[in-house]
Amino acid sequence: MACIEARGLRKAYDTTIALDSVNLRVEEGRILGLIGPNGAGKTTALNAILGLTDYQGELRVLGRDPWTERDQLMRDVCFIADVAVLPRWMRVSQMVNYVAGVHPRFDRAKAEGFLAKTTIKRSSKVRHLSKGMVAQLHLALVMAIDAKLLVLDEPTLGLDILFRKQFYDSLLNDYFDRTRTIVVTTHQVDEIQDVLTDLMFIDRGRIALECSMEEFDARYLEVMVNPEQLAAARALNPINERPVFGRSVLLFDQADRQQLAALGEVRRPSIADLFVAVLGNKAGDVPGAAR
Amino acid sequence: MNTEPNTSPESPIVSPSIAPVVPATRPFYWSVRREVWENRSLYLGPLIVAGFVLLGLLVQLSGLSERRRAALLLDPVKARHAIEMPYDAAIGMLVVAAFIIGAFYCLDALYGERRERSILFWKSLPVSDLTTVLAKVTIPLVVLPLVCMPISICLHLIWLLLSSIALSIGEVSPATTFAHVNFFQLWIAMVYSSVAVALWHAPIYAWLLLVSGWARRATFLWAVLPFVAIGIFERVAFSTTYVTKFVQYRLIGWFFHAAVTPSKDAGVEPLSVLTPGRFLSTPGLWLGLIFAAACLFAAVRLRRYRGPV
Repeated sequence: MACIEARGLRKAYDTTIALDSVNLRVEEGRILGLIGPNGAGKTTALNAILGLTDYQGELRVLGRDPWTERDQLMRDVCFIADVAVLPRWMRVSQMVNYVAGVHPRFDRAKAEGFLAKTTIKRSSKVRHLSKGMVAQLHLALVMAIDAKLLVLDEPTLGLDILFRKQFYDSLLNDYFDRTRTIVVTTHQVDEIQDVLTDLMFIDRGRIALECSMEEFDARYLEVMVNPEQLAAARALNPINERPVFGRSVLLFDQADRQQLAALGEVRRPSIADLFVAVLGNKAGDVPGAAR
Repeated sequence: MNTEPNTSPESPIVSPSIAPVVPATRPFYWSVRREVWENRSLYLGPLIVAGFVLLGLLVQLSGLSERRRAALLLDPVKARHAIEMPYDAAIGMLVVAAFIIGAFYCLDALYGERRERSILFWKSLPVSDLTTVLAKVTIPLVVLPLVCMPISICLHLIWLLLSSIALSIGEVSPATTFAHVNFFQLWIAMVYSSVAVALWHAPIYAWLLLVSGWARRATFLWAVLPFVAIGIFERVAFSTTYVTKFVQYRLIGWFFHAAVTPSKDAGVEPLSVLTPGRFLSTPGLWLGLIFAAACLFAAVRLRRYRGPV
């Protein structure tokens, strides 16, 4: 059974179409990065998966309909929407007690263990914690829940680079065990490049690109081309070209590595560069929207 | 579902995929507890009101023995009322306090979580919208009366002690209090009144909850303005006051159905004026409860669609 399965998933707000017949299948044990520009439909897609918004089309998460069975589904699904959603009036100890009270899969000892590694005081109110501490607290609570699916919507928004690094490190080391599934959206794509197993670009409610990271590494190559060989390189149909320090970096889809090596230095492209290549080109038909 | 995971050696491998059985009452219990954590006014409010009642009673202490002597000369019904008055006032003030605190609590209950975006956190836990809304309406219907009644009893005991001392100093027997006030009956009457008023006000609380789950801003205006506007319209257009009277009836009507005005014929004990049979057969009670159920149902459905404002 796939963890998430959507067919013809569609959601329209008054005049805008947030999701336009999206087909999606996320297998168990994957870490999927959902990448897209602002307003592309990422959050709408996640909200549909979490039972926070209604939709048209077919959607099953862990075999359930999220819209009608949210409370049942949440026994197996956790989510961190962004760092600002923990109730500000609540004390850390109350938070732990409450989650332990309502969640059948919450392991209090585990949560206490994660919290012990931080400087968060048990008697502090959430409103008095720093942004990074709130993220640590939320992550400690979520990692102590034995869930099958974890959804992260911009979980590190507004955190400094140390916290962001720590966040994904503990997620990978203390939580992910290859049976759980993680879906994450973020604008800091390069930071999660090595975390992901799968990649999906979403743009204007449609899936613009879908591949595993193995495919990504096999398909896409970037070459820093020597100026004298630029014409030859351009002849090989790069999907994107950008200038870097007076030289040109060309991005190729399914090109021959040997052939490219002759033109310059070949390296693995970053997700961000591919994102610009795939979505920057497509945005050409909207004036001023490119890049 | 396997409720004993350790009965076979394989079960530790199987058990992680089976959610431990959680009784449906557990999320409800914790949801109610978290409401009390969040809204400290639920117990601080009644305590503050009790403090003011106590201050008023302290003022009453001067000249108490003279007034007691005068009261004892009246006929038994009037004497009882005069002596019982501070005790009744304490109950009455706390019932009013509970209503006001409960009303403001309800207005914010489903709005505050949307305003501060914590609804996303609450919805990320396996607690249904039904459990959440029922926990919230439990606060004014059950929790507030349960907070206020012991406070009333404490006030009674404090006043009993203080007045007895004051009477002794003024050379009036404190036993005259017991001769006229039947505390057991008084407290039974208090429990009865608290239940009656909570049931009578249930549609108000449910309406306020519904508005707080629906409105994007200005919950108080949305909750109150329609009745004011229709009342003014009616007054101007038809020179009648049905709407105003309807609102009045909903606020204080319970009193006329739940008890009779004490008279010489009705007897002198607190319990003798209570009319639970008449209260339970009042159509207004049951129509109100049906309306309350409809509002709560709507609030549950609405919460599913609602995200942060």
